[in-house]
Amino acid sequence: MANNSAALDSVFQALADPTRRAVVQRLGRGPATVGELAQPFAMALPSFMKHLGVLERTGLIRSRKHGRTRTCTLEQKNLAAAERWFADQRSLWASRYQNLDSLLESLNGEERES
Amino acid sequence: MEKNVKAELHFDFAVDKEKNSIVVKREFAAGRQLVWDCHTKRELLDRWFAPKPLTTQTKHMEFKVGGHWHYAMITPDGQTFWNRLDYQAINPIDNYAALDGFCDEAGQVNPDMPRSRWEVAFTDAGKRTLVTTVVQYNSADDVQKAIGMGLKDGLASTLERLDELLLDLGETAELVQ
Repeated sequence: MANNSAALDSVFQALADPTRRAVVQRLGRGPATVGELAQPFAMALPSFMKHLGVLERTGLIRSRKHGRTRTCTLEQKNLAAAERWFADQRSLWASRYQNLDSLLESLNGEERES
Repeated sequence: MEKNVKAELHFDFAVDKEKNSIVVKREFAAGRQLVWDCHTKRELLDRWFAPKPLTTQTKHMEFKVGGHWHYAMITPDGQTFWNRLDYQAINPIDNYAALDGFCDEAGQVNPDMPRSRWEVAFTDAGKRTLVTTVVQYNSADDVQKAIGMGLKDGLASTLERLDELLLDLGETAELVQ
């Protein structure tokens, strides 16, 4: 477990950037080369490579060189941990508020009776 | 019938990754004063705040600026998660702001855990009341710590069981958005 959370260290930070989020989103549809990934962005390649570096160090993506092209793939498992937390937070609030619905209903009932 | 009425209540949950915040909006079928009371009185908070199957137990409540709410969320097998909410601003019955945090039974805040700031606003929506909660973290690092802790503290696994339970409501809420 400790290892797991260390690996997660900066997933959220990585996803806080719009360029990096777009890259992750694109890789969600399947592997892509660095050239393909960089193409939609008006950004010098070295700057774009820095973004890829952040994603790779975080463990969100993996890249492999074939000849002269580098192909990136999404690491679904690490992305899932952050998404999982958001889903848990959503469940927490949804459940909490369902309780409040019931409480309000019974309080409204009490008011009508008195 | 009752289920349909509840499903119409607007529920909106959004994560803003750039601002390190979560925004929760929810409508309630009751007047603003009553919804406000449910958020600010200990005997009422104890009846709804923890998600099922957990229960809420207040140890201390002083609802005023500088005061705090110290409470436990308890699992059916007796596991206890202590929290406290430190009130920073209160404008009855419009809004309040508070610092959330994990603590121990004595109310001592865990210094390793980031605290988030809650801004909770209450507005009229016809005969209903809309509650908007913004949970704000200081930095992306703080959110990451919260994620890491959520995985470790066991609360996450308890909550996972909720997902199935809430699927019905969630799907309906999605359509409303």
